[in-house]
Amino acid sequence: MKKWKYLSMTATLSAALFLAACGDDTENTDAGAETEEGTDAGTEEAALSGEVIGDGSSTVAPITEGLVEEYSAAQPDVRVSVGVSGTGGGFEKFINGETDFSNASRDIKDEEIAELEAAGIEYTGLELAYDGLSVVVNPENTWAENLTLEQLKAIWVEDGTTKKWSDIDPSWPDEEIVFYSPGADSGTFDYFNEVVLEEEELVNSATLSEDDNVLVQGVRGDKNAIGFFGYAYYIANEDSLKPVSINGVEPSGETIASGDYTPLSRSLYVYVNNEAVKTDDAVYDFMKFTLENAGEMSELVGYVPLNDDEYQAGLDLLEGLR
Amino acid sequence: MRYIEEESVMRNMGKRLTKNKLWKYLFMLAVGIALASLVVLLFRIITQGTEYLTWDFLTSFASRFPEQAGVKAALIGSLWLMLVVAPVSMTLGIGTAIYLEEYAKKNKLNDFIRMNISNLAGVPSIVFGLLGLTIFVRMLDLGKSVLAAGLTMSLLILPVIIVASQEAIRAVPNEQREASFGMGATKWQTIVRVVLPAAIPGILTGSILALSRAIGETAPLVVIGIPVILQFLPDGLLSSFTVLPMQIFDWAKRPQEEFMFVASAGIIVLMVLLIIMNSIAIFIRNKFQKRY
Repeated sequence: MKKWKYLSMTATLSAALFLAACGDDTENTDAGAETEEGTDAGTEEAALSGEVIGDGSSTVAPITEGLVEEYSAAQPDVRVSVGVSGTGGGFEKFINGETDFSNASRDIKDEEIAELEAAGIEYTGLELAYDGLSVVVNPENTWAENLTLEQLKAIWVEDGTTKKWSDIDPSWPDEEIVFYSPGADSGTFDYFNEVVLEEEELVNSATLSEDDNVLVQGVRGDKNAIGFFGYAYYIANEDSLKPVSINGVEPSGETIASGDYTPLSRSLYVYVNNEAVKTDDAVYDFMKFTLENAGEMSELVGYVPLNDDEYQAGLDLLEGLR
Repeated sequence: MRYIEEESVMRNMGKRLTKNKLWKYLFMLAVGIALASLVVLLFRIITQGTEYLTWDFLTSFASRFPEQAGVKAALIGSLWLMLVVAPVSMTLGIGTAIYLEEYAKKNKLNDFIRMNISNLAGVPSIVFGLLGLTIFVRMLDLGKSVLAAGLTMSLLILPVIIVASQEAIRAVPNEQREASFGMGATKWQTIVRVVLPAAIPGILTGSILALSRAIGETAPLVVIGIPVILQFLPDGLLSSFTVLPMQIFDWAKRPQEEFMFVASAGIIVLMVLLIIMNSIAIFIRNKFQKRY
């Protein structure tokens, strides 16, 4: 009997909680409406409304998130929603005409261009920021401080043998290398594949993960580990990882922006649907907002901004689509 | 004649008692391992998450600043999803179960259907995501809307609801049906007035547990491409939206450690939602069981 009472009490209690939560919804929307009015009065531009849909790279996502957050304060009636399906997944939806823009952490591929043409979709690629692809090792790794591009390739390409550090340089320890790499759906992997592996197969023993934190944890936990991912993840974990210089250049804000950290610095893009920019004021306005604020936002989240002229060039391109 | 050989009993008693104890402790160990991992998980999540779990967390949208991030869009989105999933999956699921148990003849075809429904319950959720993407998002052109996601999730949990409802209906004694027929009731009258009232606790419990699964599931929504970056609430069934598990998944992937804590806070919100739903299931079961 006691048990029944207890159970029904839990149930009633949770029902009450549930109701309270429901009550909260209406309060929320009220509060939202108030702030909307507040910001409306503050903006000079005409209030727009409409829907802007985007998808794409998880590397670009932090920039976009900041932009969407700021933009929704400026234009509360424009509903911007952005998915994080990865560069390839984003393009798939872009080609299908499901999205107005697609974030990418690499150039658009030839086959993607062909599919866009087949679908009759015209697009424009706009640069948002630079990202350095950081190769990192465990802090206890005292040998691999600087690698040439050839050594980097020798480390990462599958050649049928078990890789040891001593295979790369005889003076290095005779211990197996442990690999951590982003998954094949990510633009980061594509980019590495292109500039380092030159389309050869990635070493089979590598741990692949779409979650860059898994890679960070992996490299942090193993003396013989090596991994690569976006510069922002390295900066966020600077204390527990050691960057590897490539051809003598260490990744940093300066070397990435100046282009010295080559070839592992790359551009981050947003690809927009020309038709959407031309016909939809909301899409145009959001893209304009994006280019105007991408520099500041990318710096905030750990990327390297372009210089002002380059953003202006992007804005001119966008203007040309109208 | 002696019925009990006291000597051999004495000899074996110790061994038996040890065996008895051994099994008892083994089972206790099994419970202990399960509980311990749960406790460790909960402890970690609660210690990490409570700091960020404030009223503002429930009432603000996601943000690039961890201390300003909130689950408003995701929480309301999850409730919207339930608004579609609950009626669709329960109507279809219970209807199918009634047909299979009360109307369908025992033949090879129906056996085949029954077997496949049980198999369907074991299909990986990501497959349902692909199905939803192809049919609802693209063919029916519903977009990444509440409706498309809700229908996909309904398909995902449909087999579970069907199987649970079948069990509940089967558990109603045949004598009750026969008594009803004997009084001149039609099949439909028997189902509505005799079978369903007796089966409803089981049906509802199964359904609500299935709904809890739908609220915690991520994979099909990832495949559909539900957005995670948005700053508005859904305003209709065709509106874009996001849900709690997607939001948690997104936070957990961030480079900054603070977002791990924000993700934990999100997990706590999701857990509370699940506990509420499960308590409702228990409540309904107990309330209705008293009458029968």
